[in-house]
Amino acid sequence: MPGSDSAVMERKPWVAEATKDARLEIKDLNVYFGEGPDRFQAVKNVSVKVQQGGSFGIVGESGSGKSTVLRAVCGLVESWDGEIDIDGAPVSHKRDKVFARKIQMVFQDPYASLHPRHTVDRVLSEPLKLHGFDDIDGRVLRALDDVGLGADFRFRYPHQLSGGQRQRVAVARALMLEPEILLLDEPTSALDVSVQAEILNLFADLRKEHNLTYVMVTHDLAVVAHMCDEIAVMQHGEVVEVMDVEAMRSSTPETAYTQELLKASMGYDAEFFGDS
Amino acid sequence: MSDTLLSVEDLWVRFPTRSGTVDAVRGISFSVGRERVGIVGESGSGKSMTGRSILRLIRSPGQMEAKSIKFNGENLLDYSERQMRKIRGHQISMVMQDPKFSLNPVHTVGKQICEALRLHTKSSRREARQGALEMLEAVQIRNPERVFNSYPHELSGGMGQRVMIAMMLITDPKLLIADEPTSALDVTVQMKVLAIMDKLVQERGMGLIFISHDLNLVSSFCDRIIIMYAGRIVETCKASELHNATHPYTRGLLNALPRIEEPKGRLEALQRQDSWKQEVSVDARV
Amino acid sequence: MTTAPVKSNVPDRAGLKAWLSSDAPTSRGHARAVQFYMGWMKLYENKLAFLGFLIILSLVLMAIFAPLLATTEPNAQDLAKRLTAPGVDGHLLGTDELGRDIWSRLVYGSRITLLIVGIVAFTAPVFGLLIGTVAGYLGGWVDQALMRLVDIFLAFPKLILALAFVAALGAGIESAIIAISLTAWPPYARIARAETLTIRNADYISAVRLQGAGVMHIIIGHVWPLCLSSIIVRVTLDMAGIILTAAGLGFLGLGAQPPEPEWGAMISAGRKFILDHWWVAAMPGMAIFIVSLGFNLLGDGLRDILDPKKSQS
Repeated sequence: MPGSDSAVMERKPWVAEATKDARLEIKDLNVYFGEGPDRFQAVKNVSVKVQQGGSFGIVGESGSGKSTVLRAVCGLVESWDGEIDIDGAPVSHKRDKVFARKIQMVFQDPYASLHPRHTVDRVLSEPLKLHGFDDIDGRVLRALDDVGLGADFRFRYPHQLSGGQRQRVAVARALMLEPEILLLDEPTSALDVSVQAEILNLFADLRKEHNLTYVMVTHDLAVVAHMCDEIAVMQHGEVVEVMDVEAMRSSTPETAYTQELLKASMGYDAEFFGDS
Repeated sequence: MSDTLLSVEDLWVRFPTRSGTVDAVRGISFSVGRERVGIVGESGSGKSMTGRSILRLIRSPGQMEAKSIKFNGENLLDYSERQMRKIRGHQISMVMQDPKFSLNPVHTVGKQICEALRLHTKSSRREARQGALEMLEAVQIRNPERVFNSYPHELSGGMGQRVMIAMMLITDPKLLIADEPTSALDVTVQMKVLAIMDKLVQERGMGLIFISHDLNLVSSFCDRIIIMYAGRIVETCKASELHNATHPYTRGLLNALPRIEEPKGRLEALQRQDSWKQEVSVDARV
Repeated sequence: MTTAPVKSNVPDRAGLKAWLSSDAPTSRGHARAVQFYMGWMKLYENKLAFLGFLIILSLVLMAIFAPLLATTEPNAQDLAKRLTAPGVDGHLLGTDELGRDIWSRLVYGSRITLLIVGIVAFTAPVFGLLIGTVAGYLGGWVDQALMRLVDIFLAFPKLILALAFVAALGAGIESAIIAISLTAWPPYARIARAETLTIRNADYISAVRLQGAGVMHIIIGHVWPLCLSSIIVRVTLDMAGIILTAAGLGFLGLGAQPPEPEWGAMISAGRKFILDHWWVAAMPGMAIFIVSLGFNLLGDGLRDILDPKKSQS
């Protein structure tokens, strides 16, 4: 393996660097599922730091625990220990409404993340009503406009929308409470490439407009290279490597696993994979 | 060309709905030799319907129609349902996306592979078992005995798909249709499964129709590419010449892909044109 | 294609149809109207279900317009004309042992049937839905406790449990209704719990949890609408059973009391003459049969119409 030990240390920002602008910091996160003899640790000692306004990517294959990290951060999984800090303040296991206005999430499958019996209008106005916002009509219309859907879509049901349109609605829903951090759980992996391009562009625009911080989980290295500045690679519940996007582009990751992932996402190569 | 395995002429697939007939496939023609042909398209492009209609597996109320579907010089449209059953799995096999839906959960893997073999050849139980074990070994399963005796739910996704490939290839078909065979798998596993499939297809001199939404993957895996849009073939080319593709749809798809090596500020969104739906399908016969 | 957002501005027939099948509704009411119209079209296309719907509709109309449809007072006796055969002397379905016109009694009896069916249909499923969704959504010891309660209720034979309740509450139509409701809710709780278990981990539930919504808000606003269709189907299919249980209680003399024209009680009274004067028992029997069939046909159809899996394919 090329590179001296000190060079490796330098490239590990999660070890010890200035902590000033971290919007989200995860320290020694462990997540467990099940109880007793069936207890299974899905995430092991994960520590990452996401800068204010940054876009952080977590890549890994199924079962690597990448989505579980996101679910622990937003409070959907409660059986974790370690520390999750937002703007330097640790969050508790039980989340309240104030927390909801800080972090929101966009889910993987737009066909499963919208309630089949609720209109777009209800999906978008519900968080506003829950939090006692005023000018609900105006906000709903602006949100639709923000994600590139017109007012025409307001009273449609999910089954009347295409996959891309549904994902736009899901993005709009996540933005209704004006959060600062958006967690993206494979937001384009269920979509066609042309639609994926539209949604990724939308994320880029929204990030600029609303000054958002992104944490994105995906198995697609090309997407993460496009979207993120910093990337953590996870395998079997552990972070095996954190690198910046340049290191990834120049194909100089440190671990063999990351090398293999990169190679696989470049396309089929009979010589590389044929004789394994 | 004498080497043509399959030649399809003017294939249509129609679905009657309450608001009129929907044409899923609109008059496409293509051929496959002893090569790897990739059919690429987005959801709703008719690529899966094309794969199914070769085996005449379009479910009611869907209807298929074609001038001819010639396999080894014989028109499959003239075959009775009984004759078709001898073609399916024996001469032409199909691998689907999710092995969980294609394998029977209450029988062991070995039993299902043996059944597939015994259905098409008159081999004895012992021979079938031997053949199945050999086939499992050929798809690089390290412990074929153990997998032979296991149930589908005990297998991982990659292992399940290897079993499917073993089951489909054990009858020595001339043509394999693979419909998104690796889309449900992790990228690294995906590549290994593809490598196995590639090797077997080459060794046995089979034809392969590889149906996928992943342009990048198909261009690196196949010899020839057929690009479908709204039920039509909009372009066909050699895989190595994909970057020279001219049709605006193909170009749009290529530009919409994020690439690790070449960062772009914005991805190019595909501007769909209505005229693409009206264009005459490109003849993809060689 | 223009759309009419205001209902008063009702467009012509073709326009109305387009408005009702619009892909882009312009208001909440419009969206709901489109949903309703689509469901109605599916019901209309399913011939057997529509037949069931027509039977139930006629039962409702019969109950509303009973005074207009009945030829005599339901309890008016005319001993001179007792046990008249159907069609004789203007008695369409004959008369019973006290000379009361059976047709008129059946017409008025539909009110009692509808009352029982209506009250049971509103109380039992709602209670079962509440118990089932709360148990399914919360899980843990709440689930354990509630489901064991359901098991206890399910362990008793329905009619026997109803009999016990009626015996405790005293005979009468009200007691019968309460008894039937109390025995009818556990299956709904079971169904609702099973549905909730498949829904509770869905992404759209996670999304609303992330917005900070409370448990009851999620259960009522998000889980209920999805359980409702299977509950409605079950209710319509159970209606036949409820009518039969009510009739059974009436037959045993524990439901409606004489001279109320309850169908089950009418069969009970007619069984003494069943060999010589078949119509006294057969006519109310026919009525029960037709209404039960109606509910069953409708329920089967609703299963196809409301099942989201079917409408997607």
